[in-house]
Amino acid sequence: MAIKLDSSIIRKVAMALSGLFLIIFLTQHFIINISSVFSEKIFNMLSHFMGNNFIVQFIAQPILIVGVLFHFIMGFYLEWQNRSARSVKYVVYKGSANSTWISRNMIVSGAVVLSFLVLHFYDFWIPEMKYKYYDFLAEDPNRYHEELVHKFNDPIKVILYCISFFFLALHLLHGFASSFKSLGTDSRYYYSIDLFTKIYAIGIPLGFCFIAVFHLITNIVTH
Amino acid sequence: MQLTLKIWRQENADSKGKIVSYEISDVSPDMSFLEMMDVLNEELMIKGIDPVAFDHDCREGICGSCSMFINGEAHGPDRYVTTCQLHMRKFKDGDTIYVEPFRAKTFPVIKDLVVDRTAFDRIQHAGGFISVNTSGNTQDANSIPIEKANADKAFDAATCIGCGACVATCKNSSAMLFVSAKVSQFALLPQGEVEATDRVINMVKQMDEEGFGNCTNTGACQVECPKGISLDNIARMNRELVKAQFKK
Ligand code: SF4
Ligand code: FES
Repeated sequence: MAIKLDSSIIRKVAMALSGLFLIIFLTQHFIINISSVFSEKIFNMLSHFMGNNFIVQFIAQPILIVGVLFHFIMGFYLEWQNRSARSVKYVVYKGSANSTWISRNMIVSGAVVLSFLVLHFYDFWIPEMKYKYYDFLAEDPNRYHEELVHKFNDPIKVILYCISFFFLALHLLHGFASSFKSLGTDSRYYYSIDLFTKIYAIGIPLGFCFIAVFHLITNIVTH
Repeated sequence: MQLTLKIWRQENADSKGKIVSYEISDVSPDMSFLEMMDVLNEELMIKGIDPVAFDHDCREGICGSCSMFINGEAHGPDRYVTTCQLHMRKFKDGDTIYVEPFRAKTFPVIKDLVVDRTAFDRIQHAGGFISVNTSGNTQDANSIPIEKANADKAFDAATCIGCGACVATCKNSSAMLFVSAKVSQFALLPQGEVEATDRVINMVKQMDEEGFGNCTNTGACQVECPKGISLDNIARMNRELVKAQFKK
């Protein structure tokens, strides 16, 4: 057995697997975030667990970072390869006649999501890492909810956040269903896969936006 | 009908091509696109202009040679037809029609609308066959029973005429639909099973070496394929290749 990334199909399968892995992460992230709307206590408890559990911090988190890096580096590499596979462009090219804009522009939606991730890392992840592993501040299991709510009191930030999730929805609308196809799923499941993709790809980003707007409004109302 | 044709003219593989405009009148809606091109070429020859070079042979959707990218689509705006089966009634009087060669780095232009698709032949040579000596000991076709559903799918895959419209259409210039059809037509039959592992590995390897792009499941290829080859074949080829990795 010799699995190498030198085959275009193996690369495609690897893109699909890394994408699905990120979707699993996104789902758990959503579950934790949505709890902030319903219960401060549960959100703090879940966040404290995620932020201090050894397996999550030192095994799952590095795997996640590798997954993210792999998905976007490979995405850009494949896009470059695909573009160079046609050196002279068509004078007239009617892509809309046979495919969706979303499926043809995964690099655009992916790039927007990536820039959001950079912002998100800067905003949430780096301060969090600094708090724990640089400043070595004492852990307060009840700090998470307040910190989250505080992050959403800037309307501009919330708008940017929602725009990014709109692009994530576009990315997922093609990417989620496509990853199953890349993994070789038989077409008799395509209807269910496409339906589930639509529900997930719209529902989850909408849910994230709801959380942001909810906290923004709560901030406005309570101050 | 009176039409304005904007056709890609390119002297040879090394020269830089450009779009040249031609006016053509008295086009019958019942003509095929290639017949219209014949009329244009006759007019050009009378005027002493080099006729437009284009590939054609059977003119009935069998050989796959009539590679033209018409108004932004491989084989034009109609579905399940090749350029030779496309009728002028699909256009309106006064239309401007852009005609370009199938474009991909792997399909270099030879002249005007004629492209070199021998990359497909090399992929076929890498594994698109079964190694059975059929001379003198041909078996009866019914001696190996085959499930009807599989026979149908294999037959559907085998209808691929190697025209290259999938590559020309795909934004990535991927040849996955073509290669997957050729892999599937054997993978679905017991006769093809024996060499299935080597076949898929070698054909995909050749496809990659030729420099075709990567498939991103946009589905454009199956829409533009004149034979309606389905994306199912691509999923099957992905399965076959992953399976082959474990066998090798
Ligand atoms: S798969 Fe369809 S479009 Fe591609 S070469 Fe075969 S017949 Fe032509
Ligand atoms: S000329 Fe043979 S398919 Fe068009």
